[in-house]
Amino acid sequence: MAVYKEAEFYELSERAVTVKFGDGIDPKLHARVSQFMQVIDEQPFRGYVEAVPSYTGITFFYNPLKVIKTNNETTIQQQVIVELKERIDQLEYATKNSLEANKIEIPVLYGGEYGPDLQEVAHANGLLTDEVIQLHSERTYLVYMIGFAPGFPFIGGMNERIATPRKSKPREKVPAGSVGIAGHQTGVYPMATPGGWQLIGQTPLKLFDVNRDVPSLLQSGDQVTFKPISKDAFVELKERSEKSHDS
Amino acid sequence: MTVEVVKPGVQTTVQDIGRFGYLRQGVLQSGAMDTISLRTANQLVGNDEFAAALELTIAGPSLKFETDALLAVTGAGMQPVIDGKEYSLGVPLFIPKGQMLSFKPIKHGIRAYVAVAGGFDIPQVMDSHSTYLRAGFGGFEGRALQKGDVLAIQETNYPYFNWMKERAGGIVKALKWGANSLRLDEESNQSIRIFKGTHWDRFTEDSQKKLIHTEYFLTTQSDRMGYRFEAEETLELKDAFNVLSEAVDFGTVQVPSEGKPMILMADRQTTGGYPRMAQVIAADLSRLAQLRPTETMRFELVSFKEAEDLYVQQERSMTERKAGISLRWNECLKGAGV
Repeated sequence: MAVYKEAEFYELSERAVTVKFGDGIDPKLHARVSQFMQVIDEQPFRGYVEAVPSYTGITFFYNPLKVIKTNNETTIQQQVIVELKERIDQLEYATKNSLEANKIEIPVLYGGEYGPDLQEVAHANGLLTDEVIQLHSERTYLVYMIGFAPGFPFIGGMNERIATPRKSKPREKVPAGSVGIAGHQTGVYPMATPGGWQLIGQTPLKLFDVNRDVPSLLQSGDQVTFKPISKDAFVELKERSEKSHDS
Repeated sequence: MTVEVVKPGVQTTVQDIGRFGYLRQGVLQSGAMDTISLRTANQLVGNDEFAAALELTIAGPSLKFETDALLAVTGAGMQPVIDGKEYSLGVPLFIPKGQMLSFKPIKHGIRAYVAVAGGFDIPQVMDSHSTYLRAGFGGFEGRALQKGDVLAIQETNYPYFNWMKERAGGIVKALKWGANSLRLDEESNQSIRIFKGTHWDRFTEDSQKKLIHTEYFLTTQSDRMGYRFEAEETLELKDAFNVLSEAVDFGTVQVPSEGKPMILMADRQTTGGYPRMAQVIAADLSRLAQLRPTETMRFELVSFKEAEDLYVQQERSMTERKAGISLRWNECLKGAGV
């Protein structure tokens, strides 16, 4: 059965259409999203501008004036959907060459001034701080999407045992690189910003750097692990990432 | 070849048509709020129509030109003043070295655009000159202009510029022809057309009617990121449901839990997690961008097909406008027009 029979299309705007492959937060559903993104990257349709993969599908932005209607489609967007469906058909073949996910290790200095809420998270879940670090750093996480702010990853797969509600009063400034927990989610702040996440640590890596060829460190579909590091390692890595910035 | 910012105005930023290709890294598109006016300003001075210009908001800056320049001011909310004299919006203007360009508020609209022949000489960040205020990059040092800033203008040898300079003889000169704004009527109480959004059916029938029949007041908490509206009526979902974040676009009408619509504008985040009730048609976005806080408006429902046709029509008018402007310029160069 062709997959597109399951795929649904939504008109986001006259210049954007969303294809949805299913509902919910599910790594298998997201694997389809990543595969389809790869197909489009390799064979963009005429008029294609860019795309945003999400949990359940992809939104395609296009230039309606560059799309050429081949049949008697009622709207330009219908023509785009026809082209997307053709490519969804190819997805069946593409799935056979399973996608090799990009794996990224994020070093984290947990606790202390870098993770001021580590105690609170441990206390809220009846755990020792070392157990929180263990539970947070033993899993491989999936980056479902980048959105909300430059380089901000929506990461799934956190252990329920360390889930903690957001802080009742958000901080006015969360430092860049802060690793936090908000409910069942974990994430990293790419830039200093106000925020209500429980902060358990900090990474010396830059999640977003305007001066890199690809500014965002993480991309939708990446697999991420967090690795506990010492203060010395943190300082050294931080210096190195500042230097690479200057060069 | 520079312009000095003597007074910065309320919020003056460098904006082009937007930053494309980086949404999936969380980088928003930014760009001009009123793209029709941006493009018109560029067309009038012979630039690429999608090039960078200054976006002026509420009250314009005072800019001292340390060089001769050909410029055009479009949009609304203010009109150009040089050497004590007011000039019309939407006409090619020659300003001689040493003169000051300032602005006088007018009754309608909120944003004006200043394009200079040759364009501003600032570096691109991620393929665009647009200012991304929140992230602090792009445009002029990633921020709104401040007093004392010096903007470089690309050296220009455009025939339009040369012709104007020759005719102007060292004083200010405005051409007698120009381009009208696409803000077609100047009534504040006009409708903004929308089509049904992804979650339209999730709202109660009563709320769907309310969205169309309510007069909405644009609050002062409205900016380049989003327009927030106030009304007594609130919009309700049939049943609460969890919206997973996904891509949004310029003009997406989201309804947060307090039941008042919010329209995402040029500096919207790349993804949104509120129910998307409707989408402002692309052809009305520039007009919406000129709505002033405290003004009121209504929504009018159209089909997606109509929305798309209106967009194509608007683009056709822009192509015609561009052709019309080059025709006028060519007549000038041949010595036929003024």
